[in-house]
Order: sequence, then structure tokens, then C-alpha cells
Amino acid sequence: MRKRPQFYRKGTGMIDATSNNRSNRNGLSRRTALKGIGAAAGLMAGPGFVRYAGAQTSAPIRIGFQAHRTGIGAAYGRWYERTTNAAVKAINAAGGINGRPLEIVVEDDGTDPKRGAEVVEKFANQHKVDLVFGTLFSHVVVGSAPTAGELKMPYYVVSEGYHVASGKLNRYVVQPGITDVRSQVTSMAPWVSSNLGRKATMIFPDYAFGHDHRDFFTAAMKAQGAEVIAQVAIPPTESSFTRYFPQIPRETEVLYHVMVGPAVLTFVKELGEFYGSNRPEIFGFIDSLEAVDMASPGLEFLEGTYFWEGMPRYLQADVGDAERAYRDAVGIDENGASKDDPQDVSTAAHMFGCWETLYVIKAAMEAVDYKGPQDRAKVIEATEAMTEFPAGLEHPQGRKIFNGKIHQCFGHQNISLVKDGRLEVIHRTAIEDGMYQPEADYTSMSF
Amino acid sequence: MADKTAMRSLLLHVAVIGVLLALNFVLPEYHRGVFSRILVLAVFAMGYNLLFGYCGLLSLGHAMFFAAGLYGAGLTVYHLDWGVAAGFAAGIMAGATLALAIGLLALRTTGVAFMIVTLMFSQVFYLTTLYFTTWTRGEEGLVLRQDVRQLGLGGVSLDLSDPATRYFVALALFAVVLFATLAIARAPLGRVLVAIRENEERTRMLGYDVFANKLAAVVLSGLFCAAAGAAYALLFGYVGSSFAAIQYSILPLLWVLLGGAATTLGPLVGTLFMFYVIDIASGFTSAYMLVVGVALIVLVLFFPRGIVGAIRERWLPWLP
Repeated sequence: MRKRPQFYRKGTGMIDATSNNRSNRNGLSRRTALKGIGAAAGLMAGPGFVRYAGAQTSAPIRIGFQAHRTGIGAAYGRWYERTTNAAVKAINAAGGINGRPLEIVVEDDGTDPKRGAEVVEKFANQHKVDLVFGTLFSHVVVGSAPTAGELKMPYYVVSEGYHVASGKLNRYVVQPGITDVRSQVTSMAPWVSSNLGRKATMIFPDYAFGHDHRDFFTAAMKAQGAEVIAQVAIPPTESSFTRYFPQIPRETEVLYHVMVGPAVLTFVKELGEFYGSNRPEIFGFIDSLEAVDMASPGLEFLEGTYFWEGMPRYLQADVGDAERAYRDAVGIDENGASKDDPQDVSTAAHMFGCWETLYVIKAAMEAVDYKGPQDRAKVIEATEAMTEFPAGLEHPQGRKIFNGKIHQCFGHQNISLVKDGRLEVIHRTAIEDGMYQPEADYTSMSF
Repeated sequence: MADKTAMRSLLLHVAVIGVLLALNFVLPEYHRGVFSRILVLAVFAMGYNLLFGYCGLLSLGHAMFFAAGLYGAGLTVYHLDWGVAAGFAAGIMAGATLALAIGLLALRTTGVAFMIVTLMFSQVFYLTTLYFTTWTRGEEGLVLRQDVRQLGLGGVSLDLSDPATRYFVALALFAVVLFATLAIARAPLGRVLVAIRENEERTRMLGYDVFANKLAAVVLSGLFCAAAGAAYALLFGYVGSSFAAIQYSILPLLWVLLGGAATTLGPLVGTLFMFYVIDIASGFTSAYMLVVGVALIVLVLFFPRGIVGAIRERWLPWLP
């Protein structure tokens, strides 16, 4: 069966894994040997190779990337893949992992949990990767986690779901590169209640994703002495929202929305028609509008409203060197769109998680001097032992605190104002704003 | 002659089970895992085939029966700490009960109306699983831990997450449902169902209770699908609402059409074929569903009765 195409980058030291299986199969003629010696000498002289030469083995470390290439997560998946490519290129240019090049094997999970589990099985038993990473959508993570656990395959997800930190998965599932929804929502409440209003109404989709926002934000507002005065749940099959808006109480000071899916443009348009110019403060999660151009017709109503962003989409005036270098490596312009196609808007608020997760994997593998699949459990233990990721090129979104017991990181969050059709960061939360009492301890579980 | 045909088809089915048994020992690890899933999903397809292939009732809501088994087993094991056997029984009972209730209502309609009614009921079931997140975690779903997926059997505990055990359990379920389907197809019930499919009015005129026979088909079909759903939850450890969504009502229809409606082995062949088309095509292009679509069109054009149906039509008329 044909393998997935590998990421091959000239000059970065990446190697096509298929070439590794052919050595000595047909014996070694003198001519072949001479050719090989000559080629090896040429490679040794070339840039990039010297760094690998001292390693015990130069075989690539192979990481399975569970990608949402198709299905509802395709827009996210496209940018997760680009960010992963960029991180692999950067890691390999700097010498790889323990001197070994990093190679990504991609499989499309169709954003489907059943296929996700099959893909994890394929990574483990057919591609023989060293670990699996990169999944975003929660249902794919939860659907794949049992298979990863059974196959004892480290599974580094970039999902922002609370599923990992809840302790409901298993010891092989880790989320070190992006904060979880509970942390994100909780950290918003202090600023929202202090600056936008103390009486909030929530509009959310009536399923688990929306219910998490409902439950965590309601509790967080209460902890601030503020309150959620109404919760408007929108059925998942709904394509028009006007009839739900009368449920918003008049005394609402801030409207919290987290609608997702293709109907979000309709939602914003109808909300604008409902309120006109006399509206409460509005706060939302950018999840609704990831990969959507803020200048899209119908989004004018969002001018002057606020959004959570994991990492800023638009280049900010005070951008640091690490963030600038990350953006250049991924290939996004000052508007957060592809440098090759300004219409192709990125999922900037989330995709940095792939970049940062790969650097955590690199650190964990180097900490245990990773040799092969027999060291997989050690990689998990090394990750669990981590406590902090300093801000810098490896963590361009910012410093993070990692709790090894719940396999979850905590970090800063951004609150941005829509101004002139751009998102401008006006507040950055403290890491402590999003911390909560852990409810699990994966380290007490056996491998 | 009839006895000879019956013996020949029985031997064929025994041989198929024998080959599947042997495959456990020769298949590479990845493909053994794939076959475990395919055997469970083929049970789902066989359940669908009973109603669609033999009785001629095209349902667009069979995901609800699969999901009823999935949740019947999953929720009792997850929340009530039931054992695997009790959970499996709960899943089957949930599916059969739901099928009885849906059958009593939906069988008042026929044709396109039956499709729409089953689709709507299935959507209600799907939205219900999404809504009660406290119990189901909706689209995110629940994980059944490895330590609860242990089947006690005569003092021995079988770990359902072990690849070999999982394969044998999936094969055992497949074998039971395969022979049950064969028995039904040969029994008076199966012949009446085919008669209803071919000419409902004539069957009624001959004195058969068409409604009761159709209801029996719906319940048996729902029961088989629920058994597949319950087995999926217990063998693979995941319970989520995506299995109740519309695509899981369409998939068994495609599997049956590909393999051959009203053939006992068609559902297995169709499920196997479609899995590998997706698995292989996705290695070449992200437009792999286009490849599936083209494969479907080609099959419909050249093998309108499906793969096994075409074999029966052209070469082996005795195939059940």
C-alpha cells in the first residue's frame, strides 16, 4: 500500500522514510559502494548534515499527524498542517530531535471519531510512527483516545477541550500546547465583569461545546460576584436566529456568544438587525470566526465588540521577535492571512498549539534520549515532569505553566476589540486567571 | 435438490467463518484491527439488509438503532457500573424496544413517507443524544475505560481491548447474526418478507398479516443493528453522538447496495469494499469520497445487484 506523501524539504535535513527500507536488499556491488561513499561524503559536506552526523542513528523520528483534511474541521486542519510543516522545518533546520530529523506522516481523519480511531491504529500498526499528535476536534480526540491508550501510543492533542484535564481519558493523552476551554472561559470572567457588564446573557449552541461554555462561564461570573441572567441555547439544526433574540433580557449589560459553524454569518447579521445601534456590550469567542475574514459583508455589526483570541490574528504594534518569527515561518501576513493568498484567512487563535506541542515533544524526547517505541512511556513521564514553558521562539504565544497530573497547560489569553475591521488586543490575562483546582491525576495511572 | 442447495450454502457460510477465523492468525496487525471493526459494522449492515434487502423497506433512520445499542451498553456500563454482558443485553434490549415503538408508528407509512418518518425519528434520537450532555457528553462522547471492558466467562476474564480477543468476539457476533440471517432467509418469515417486497397486495390477499411480518422485520433488524452498536461500544471503548447522525443511516444502505441486497454475504463484502476504498484512496487524495462516489456509480451501472448479487445472478444462482 502506498504511503502518505512525506513532508520533504530541501535543505532542512528531512528524509523520505521510504528510502530507509531499501538498504542491502540486493547486495552491494563495488560500483554501488563507491557511489554510496561519494554521496555520503557530499552529504557530510553539505549544510545541515553535520548536526546529524554525531547522533547514534540518523533515522528520522516519525510523528503521525492526525489531520482534519476533510469534514467540518477542514479549515482548521489546513492551517494546523501548515503550522506543523513550519515547525518541522524549523526544528530540522536546528538539528532535529537529538540529532535525528523529524518526519511527519499525515492521515486524514475526516473530522470523524470512528475514522480517527482507525487512523491512530494505522499510525501505530502500519506506519509504525513514534507518536501521534495534532488533533483538534474534541469528538475525534475522545473517539481516538481509547485506541491510543490500548496501543500505548503517546497522543499529543491540540484540541482545547476539557476532556484531557477532566481525567476521563488515559495516561497516553497529553495537551501541552494549548489551554483548555475551562481555563479560557474562566479567565475571561474577571475582565468581562469589570469592563463590560455584570449582568450577562449567553447565546450558545445546544450541545456539549456550548454547554461547556455555559457551565464554566456561569460559574466564573458568579465567582466574580457577577451573574449570568439568561442562557439562550440554540439547537444545532438552526439556521435562523431572530426568534431567539427576544429571550435576551432588557437588563442585559453584556452578551456572550459562541456560535460556530456556517450559520455564524447569519447569526451576526440577524443580531445586527435585531439591535441596530442600540446594543449591549458584546463579547464572543473567535472560534466562531476562525478562518473567516473580519471584513466579510455582514460582519460590520461586530465593530466595537470584543473577542477572545488564543493568539492574535492581526499583527500587533508591540509584537515581539519570537511571535514575528513564528508568523513569518508559518507564512501569515499582518492580517493573519496566507502570504500567498490574502483571502485564505488563518486559524491563528488556535494553530500555534501545533508549533508549541512539537517543541514540547522535542524537549520530552531529548530529555529521555529517545531511541524508539520502547521509550514511549518515558516520553510521557518526561512530559509529566515539565512544569513551565518559557516564552520564546518555541512558545511564541507566551509563557505556559504545565500541570503534569492533568496533562494540561495553562497560559495567557487575549481579549481583542474589533476596530476598523481588525482585531486589536486590548487585554492579556494573567496565567493565574485561568487556573482551576485539578480534578484528576494521570500520574497515578499505570502505563 | 433443495437439500443439496441448502447444504452447499451452509458449507459456504461455515467456510467463510473458517476463513475469517484463520485471518486472525495471518493478517498483519493493522488489518486484523480493521477486520475487527468491519465484522462489527457488517453486523450493522446485515441488520439493515434484513429490512431493506428482504422486506424492501428503505429506512433512512437506522443510525438510531445502532446508536440505541451503543448508548444502551455504553451508558449502563459508564454510569451504572454494569458488567459487559449486562451492558450488551441492555444495548440489545434498547434497540429492540426502540425498533418495536418506531415500527408501530412508521409502518403506517410506505415508500418515500417511510423514509422520511424513519429519518425524522432518527434525527430526534440524534438530537436527544446531543442535548443530554450530563449523561452522554453529546458530540464529544464518553470513553469506556479498559478496566471496565472485561467479559467474565466461566471464571475467566476476557479483556475486550486485547486485539485477538476483540477479533474473536467480533467474529462470534458476526457468525451468530450471519447464521440467524441465513435461517430467517430460509424460514417462512424470510419468504413472506420477500413476498411483501415483490407484491405487498398479493401477499395480503393470500392471507398473510403484512403489518405483523413487517413489524417482525423492523424489530429483528433493529435488534441486529443494536447488537452491532453495543459491541462497538464495548469493543472499541467509545460512545458518541456522531454514530447517531444521518451519515450512519446512509452508510449501511451503501454497504448493502455495494455488497448485494438480499444476499447473506453481501453486507460483509460491501462493508469490506467500502472501508478499503476509503483507506487506500485517502492515501492518494483528500478527495477520497469522490473515489467512493465513482466506485458506487460504476457498481450501479455494471453490477446493479451489488457484488454478491452479481455473482449470484451470473454464476452461482444457489447463493442465499
